[in-house]
Amino acid sequence: MSGLSIQMPKGKKHFYQRITVLLCVTILSIVVIYAFFYLRHDPTLTNLDSRLFGMSLQHPLGTDQLGRDVLTRLLLGGQQTIGYSMLALFVALIIGVPFGLISGYKRGLLDRVFMRICDSFLAFPDTIVAIVLSGLLGPGIGNLVLAIVLVKWVNYARLVRSTVLSESQKDYVLIAHINGLSSSKIIRKHLLPHVVGHVLVLASLDLGKIILLISAFSYIGLGAQPPIPEWGSMLNESRPYFESRPELMIYPGVAIVGVVLLTNMVGDYLRDYFDVKKEVRE
Amino acid sequence: MIRILARKFIEVLIFLLFVTFVSFLFVRLAPGDPVLTILNVDELSVSQEQVEALREEMGFNKPLLVQYGLWLLKFIQLDFGESYVTGQPVMDMISMSLPATIELACGALFVMLIVSIPLGSFSALYRNSWIDKLSRMLSILGAAIPSFWLGLIFIDLFGVRLNILPTMGRDGLISLVLPSLTLGLAISSVYVRLLRSSLLDSLSQEFIRAARSRGLSEQRIFFAHALRHSLPPVITVFGVSLGSLIGGVVVIEVLFAYPGIGKLVVEAIRQRDYPLIQGYILIMAIVVFFVNTCVDLSYRYLNPEMKLKERGTN
Repeated sequence: MSGLSIQMPKGKKHFYQRITVLLCVTILSIVVIYAFFYLRHDPTLTNLDSRLFGMSLQHPLGTDQLGRDVLTRLLLGGQQTIGYSMLALFVALIIGVPFGLISGYKRGLLDRVFMRICDSFLAFPDTIVAIVLSGLLGPGIGNLVLAIVLVKWVNYARLVRSTVLSESQKDYVLIAHINGLSSSKIIRKHLLPHVVGHVLVLASLDLGKIILLISAFSYIGLGAQPPIPEWGSMLNESRPYFESRPELMIYPGVAIVGVVLLTNMVGDYLRDYFDVKKEVRE
Repeated sequence: MIRILARKFIEVLIFLLFVTFVSFLFVRLAPGDPVLTILNVDELSVSQEQVEALREEMGFNKPLLVQYGLWLLKFIQLDFGESYVTGQPVMDMISMSLPATIELACGALFVMLIVSIPLGSFSALYRNSWIDKLSRMLSILGAAIPSFWLGLIFIDLFGVRLNILPTMGRDGLISLVLPSLTLGLAISSVYVRLLRSSLLDSLSQEFIRAARSRGLSEQRIFFAHALRHSLPPVITVFGVSLGSLIGGVVVIEVLFAYPGIGKLVVEAIRQRDYPLIQGYILIMAIVVFFVNTCVDLSYRYLNPEMKLKERGTN
């Protein structure tokens, strides 16, 4: 596109960025997988004799107000938070992407009906839907995930639809159609690979937001219920002890910030990699 | 103008009818028997007759649609029924806590404006300077820090360790400082970068050069032309993200034990206080509609091009 001279130093910067992101993702995956195989302590076992211990060899990050090992709970909490966020994202993708593909390719009545549905879903902000759903169905992480799916799938469906709409105007789709390829094959072989990049970028940028939403709702008691270790609910449970043990506030918070920073970085990196901005501009 | 408002009004009526019916249906189908909730408040054992009597009294034995019709009739008179837990009329509880929430939201918006307009303007005017880099770092961090954690840190710092600001309840303007600061900072990270890029865009437009060639002062060019032209996209995003502001208010209110509508609904959810939850849903639907309309109208006011376009098509 524009001059090469501008892109050269950028490429170098991207190289370092890429390395950092890759390194962080690797470390995080190792940590989470490590937590699966190696757990020295029961995350929910309370032991009132060892309340609020400081750092020690046995408890690397100390214990909380009920004598539970903080590191174990932190690792497992990560699995909870990240796992549920990914689950919500995944289900939203599974619903949203096919909807967008079919609606954008077939157009007509189906598309109009679909856009109506989208508009009415967009009227609801995600936090409000989450509050309403936990109000109607009761608080819990399952209902929170349901609320996130309900709100997010529309975004993916719309994104995919608009990409497919512009893409299916192009000649190669027409030629495929003339050559007698079935609609499902055109969608799978030609259109789906084209939307993958866009969807991945949006999804990775959404992941951070979902993690923040889940931990915030767990903090106010409408998400993961104790004694399940979740970063938000861990902060909530140990709040009375912050004055004497500020570390209990620091660990889960830093964990959330770190993971969200990382997912946002991955999102930025993917955006550069797939060059989504450029295509949007065109 | 009036036609647009009228169409919006009809839209919201249909929308409200839908929302009321869905929320009504959900509440009736939801797990947990409200009759038992009411009777179990004192942990006393209840007889079957008591349950049946209350069920009859509250109208749960009538057909569903009849129940909905009766309920809707009451709703039009702004009567959402009484709270299962306190026995107070829901409308009273909501109208008592709504002003507190509006205060908090205004405080947060105030903080957001104070932070994002200067920071966004300076980072656009002095591109790649230290202030630009600072605002970039703040926005990256701001997108990753959960607002409730920021609030916890503020409470620990200003409330517990320095002991200079109240951290709980609502007692004069001073108790508004920490909640508004937390919420305002949390939302401003988006707007700093948005205002910056929008300003950069409008500063490079031709009407700025035209204004300069007319000999206007730099201040006038900035405030009367560049800033005004940069606001519509910011306001659009603001309108879209207003929902997250309403949700953010809920978390902040619980965090600071602030007696607003968010804390009210979270407690209602914990206690399965359905009339209160329904009241909250309806009030929120109205608030979101109201704000969306305001955003639409201000957009038309701020962007003269849109008015021109409309005139052209009519």
